Amino acid sequence: MNSEKLTELKDTAFKVREHIIRMSGNGGCFIGASLSCADLIVYLYKEFLNVNINNLKDPDRDYLFLSKGHDVPALYGTFAEIGFIEKERLKNHLKTNDFIYWHPNRNIPGIEFHSGSLGHLLSVATGVAIDCKLRKQNNKIVVILGDGELDEGSVWEAALVAGAKKLDNIIAVVDRNHFQANIETEKLIPLNPISDKFEAFGWKTKSCDGHNFDDLEKAFSEFPIETGKPNLVIAETRRGKGLPSIEARADRWFANFTNDEVEMLLKELHGGKITELTSETIVAR
Amino acid sequence: MTYEEILKDLVDKDERFMILTAENRAAIRNLPDKIGDRFIDTGITEQTMVGVAAGLALRGRIPVAHALASFLTMRAFEFIRTDVGIGNLPVKLVGGFSGFLSEANGPTHQAIEDVSIMRGIPNVNVFCPADEEDMLIGLRKVMESPEPFYIRYNNLKPSYKHSEKFEIGKAEVVSEGKDVTIIVYGVLFGQAIEAKEILEKKGLSVGLINLRTVKPVDEEAILNAAVNSKLLVTLEDHFITGGLYSITAELFLRNKIMCDVLPIALKDSWFKPALLQDVLEYEGFTGKKIADRILAN
Repeated sequence: MNSEKLTELKDTAFKVREHIIRMSGNGGCFIGASLSCADLIVYLYKEFLNVNINNLKDPDRDYLFLSKGHDVPALYGTFAEIGFIEKERLKNHLKTNDFIYWHPNRNIPGIEFHSGSLGHLLSVATGVAIDCKLRKQNNKIVVILGDGELDEGSVWEAALVAGAKKLDNIIAVVDRNHFQANIETEKLIPLNPISDKFEAFGWKTKSCDGHNFDDLEKAFSEFPIETGKPNLVIAETRRGKGLPSIEARADRWFANFTNDEVEMLLKELHGGKITELTSETIVAR
Repeated sequence: MTYEEILKDLVDKDERFMILTAENRAAIRNLPDKIGDRFIDTGITEQTMVGVAAGLALRGRIPVAHALASFLTMRAFEFIRTDVGIGNLPVKLVGGFSGFLSEANGPTHQAIEDVSIMRGIPNVNVFCPADEEDMLIGLRKVMESPEPFYIRYNNLKPSYKHSEKFEIGKAEVVSEGKDVTIIVYGVLFGQAIEAKEILEKKGLSVGLINLRTVKPVDEEAILNAAVNSKLLVTLEDHFITGGLYSITAELFLRNKIMCDVLPIALKDSWFKPALLQDVLEYEGFTGKKIADRILAN
């Protein structure tokens, strides 16, 4: 990737992280998961997907379905940076005058479908992918899954069906941040080897560093990986990426930080000293 | 035209229609060969089938999705509520072998809370035809509606010539009666006709209302019956909770109406698994037994 493009992507991802941190106060958000997929989402919208403010209703556009849902601040932040929504609108986070809440919904331009209940959107994407094939369109259908979300049986049911129907236009991406709500995935219900599981269901898989844009570009360079097989990209990430004070910590999942903490976290993102957080993590699951 | 022929016709004439099944082909056995890739069988995956239907609807299709009523409405309940209901997508959910039609399958297969849980989802409508003819009369309007629908598939042979005039939210008023009015949906309509004849022979004036759509329900027809009849009977192959008896109670409370209502429904247990006629006898839902229960009231 040329250095100009790399700088631009890093710059956008940095701004998206700033938006996410701001959303972690005044009611808060699922900050850990939002930070883990921020680079991935920025990369997909800026470099990979054929979707922009002018083609949001075009049946030929590419689709992105955010199946894990609670990481939607990364999407809101990205949408503000690429012009799908006004940046000012992010101040409406959790306010009744708008629709910017803890899970995605279609009132926000660019959000294809609501989610929040885990394990739904791989099957919805399967329906979209079937229709694109029927109409002989070449859209790519990307679905972002959480690794914890892979506990849900419906993910595997849909994976089985997508494999059987040879939907090589589906690209599922696992945001592999190694945590579910309260605990590390491998300590609760081990998921490894994820790749072998999906390959056994008729998929082809790749892995990449979900925080490295060169690596993301390599992983997303060519689809389908194999004709007639759905694609899975395992993006290795860290929960809370960008903020050492919360990175890869089980107790920093959903946070509602004080205004002072938000300011300190913004400084930390900019390379300042590591924040001492006193606000408790709220466990909603 | 048969059910399959109507679906085929819709598929042929309107590119929006897609026929889906979670490997339950009882009602659509001949369609795969006739409609090709407009037919999708997802295997025994009720949740995924409903999710796929939602995805197809996002692309402008009207998916008609088939499965056994119990697994469709209960295994896939959250997919219906979350993807179809919240999304307000024009997905048509066809439940086979609902209510007493599950016959000898046993309680695992008895969908006798399906009307309750489907009507509880905002945006989702419920169509419960009295028999095959009644189903076919209403089918096109239900399928072409822009709203989600749950359909209690019913292929019982008709014992009554139904009105061809069908409107969503309008009941078929078979008769009006001063002494008693039976309000019914679905497979018990035939038994209600028999009960009506028995009661009329005893000199009673008997009204009979075939609701057709349970949601939206024909409030006017029910309220008229409450005013004009001494007794109302709600008759359903469904638990007493959440179905027609509940709908009637909600309606009367809202309209400050007090009247005598006899609910004939399944109380707090599953029904005896057996062939349909034997179920009706055992559980007290034959025309004769319904008439006896009304006379004993």
